[in-house]
Amino acid sequence: MTGVELLIWVRGPGLQLSLAAFILGMTYRILQTYFLGRAKNLAEPRGSPWIHGMKTMWWRSFFHPGMTIRGYFTIISGYTFHLGFIITLLFFDQHIELFKSWTGLSWPALPPLVITVTAVLGIAALVAVLVDRFADPVRYLLSDYQDYLCWVLTVLPLVTGLLLVYKIWLPYTSLLVVHIISFEILLVAIPFTKLSHVFTIFIARWYNGAIAGYKGVQS
Amino acid sequence: MTVSVERGIQTLKEHIDAPVASFFTTCVHCGMCADACLFYTETKDPKYTPIYKLKPLRRLWHQEYTFWGKLAAKLGLSKPVTAAELKAWEELVYDSCTMCGRCSMTCPVGNDIVYMIRKMREGMVAAGFAPSGLKAATERAITIGSPMGVKFPALKNQIKHIEADTGLQIPVDVEGAEYMALLSSMEIMNFPEYIGAIAKIFHNADISWTIASDAFEATNSGIQIGSSDLAAELVERVVAAAERLRVAFVISPECGHAYTALRWEGPNLIGRPYPFEVIHILELLDRLRAQNRLPVTGKIKEKLTFHDPCQIVRRGGVVDEPRRLLDMVAADFAEMEDHGIMNWCCGGGGGVSANERAAKLKLTAFNRKRHQLEALGVNTLVTACANCRITLEEGLEFNNMDVAVLGLAETLAEHLEEQSTSATTETP
Repeated sequence: MTGVELLIWVRGPGLQLSLAAFILGMTYRILQTYFLGRAKNLAEPRGSPWIHGMKTMWWRSFFHPGMTIRGYFTIISGYTFHLGFIITLLFFDQHIELFKSWTGLSWPALPPLVITVTAVLGIAALVAVLVDRFADPVRYLLSDYQDYLCWVLTVLPLVTGLLLVYKIWLPYTSLLVVHIISFEILLVAIPFTKLSHVFTIFIARWYNGAIAGYKGVQS
Repeated sequence: MTVSVERGIQTLKEHIDAPVASFFTTCVHCGMCADACLFYTETKDPKYTPIYKLKPLRRLWHQEYTFWGKLAAKLGLSKPVTAAELKAWEELVYDSCTMCGRCSMTCPVGNDIVYMIRKMREGMVAAGFAPSGLKAATERAITIGSPMGVKFPALKNQIKHIEADTGLQIPVDVEGAEYMALLSSMEIMNFPEYIGAIAKIFHNADISWTIASDAFEATNSGIQIGSSDLAAELVERVVAAAERLRVAFVISPECGHAYTALRWEGPNLIGRPYPFEVIHILELLDRLRAQNRLPVTGKIKEKLTFHDPCQIVRRGGVVDEPRRLLDMVAADFAEMEDHGIMNWCCGGGGGVSANERAAKLKLTAFNRKRHQLEALGVNTLVTACANCRITLEEGLEFNNMDVAVLGLAETLAEHLEEQSTSATTETP
């Protein structure tokens, strides 16, 4: 298979397969969690679990009173990375072109310089959290192989994308193949690693809010 | 692996439900829960990070419910949870966790960590790993009826003194009373003024109430140690007495975990809703206040604050009631910086105060409350939990702090408008 043939495969069937694995895997993961169920609560409720659950889903997205430097760092670096990654993914003109070729849908792109900034910010935030993971005794103790594996899987599409845009390192076609494959691996990994938190975070927050809300407490 | 450890691991597996799975799936190991735990903040030891205390349960979840975990287990590559590991985790799960739930309020991804600690304790006790002090307290609760070994004659003796002091009759085993009051052994032995206080308030408000001679104990060591079977047995005794006396309400006393046990876990433990309503004494007092049946006179002039018992406030939902009640009798009520649902625990909840091995750690954890009190500059602290009260008094004494600790009900009773004490409490 030539480089161009490989590129055609990863852009076509490769991407379709990884998307299918992502969607099916994530659906399975969410259904598996849901069907584990939980016991019916026979105590008389004081508040609405639904309303409190929804509120907790929202309020946990922000700083909370009494937060320490560790907390501020987590929230700020988390937002920087996630926003940097999502903006780069959704508003880079060549990504939009790819979406358009698939779905017919398109939207305005951001200027290349802005995309470079969002990608660099995303990478910088990832580097910061990695350094902190080693430097902070609490985070270091908690960390396992998936924390590091997921870091690598997440940083690769951003780094290879930047190299590609600025034509650094490998020939363009080879680098494009590497870039697309790195994204496809990330897609497939999401349902099968802790990266699945991008979806389950809403379930966890809802349960937290619902459990407290049943007792009339907004958590 | 012994039979008990196998049973413990099986119990842990059975306790993995949808919330637990979603919590473990979502945890990003950020460590923010450490800053919410007074055992971490006062020691800076990373092992006291709340989510770390669940590591064995997390691994079981990983092995049972994740692709890589199941694959590794099939290939014999996963590390099984062992007796040695559970033994090592005993200190983390019992000594350094009061189940205060503050960590559950701060996790950015929404993990209710104390929900999982409660489940973890079920597995730990089934495996035979629980502190000896807590085991002994639970055994006394089951065999004698009280974790402190208090039998009814001891309560009867206290009642005699209270009746002599107040001139009021304390009703016992009165069928058809509207309210059945429960007590904690700590109140009976260390703070009997609570009983006198509610007697005065109830007499004043013309409330028909009773104590059950065979089920006066509200505390539930089964909840603290993590044994649902034993916890259910203790709840059943209260339910049987309430049904026998045909009361409409059961009053949970100034005790944190008793409220959790009776109000929130009880019906689930026994598998059926109650035929009566559980009401916390603070809720009842606040209802009386709203009905103008709690007239008070005079106010405490000194600046004072309120220590929120975690299980009544953050985990119980009784948040505003103590504040409205305190406002009636306090001229200068000041809140600590973190209060209400974000309060800091006294350090003795969740069975820690019954666990002699944890005594030193408990006093270290108390430093959080010491700093709060010093920052506020108060000499009077009001609370609504006998266990918090004894823990606070110990901590204050250890640190040579001149702070008086008062119970809320007795503080209100002291400010009741003058009533005749010659009459006996009306009973149907």
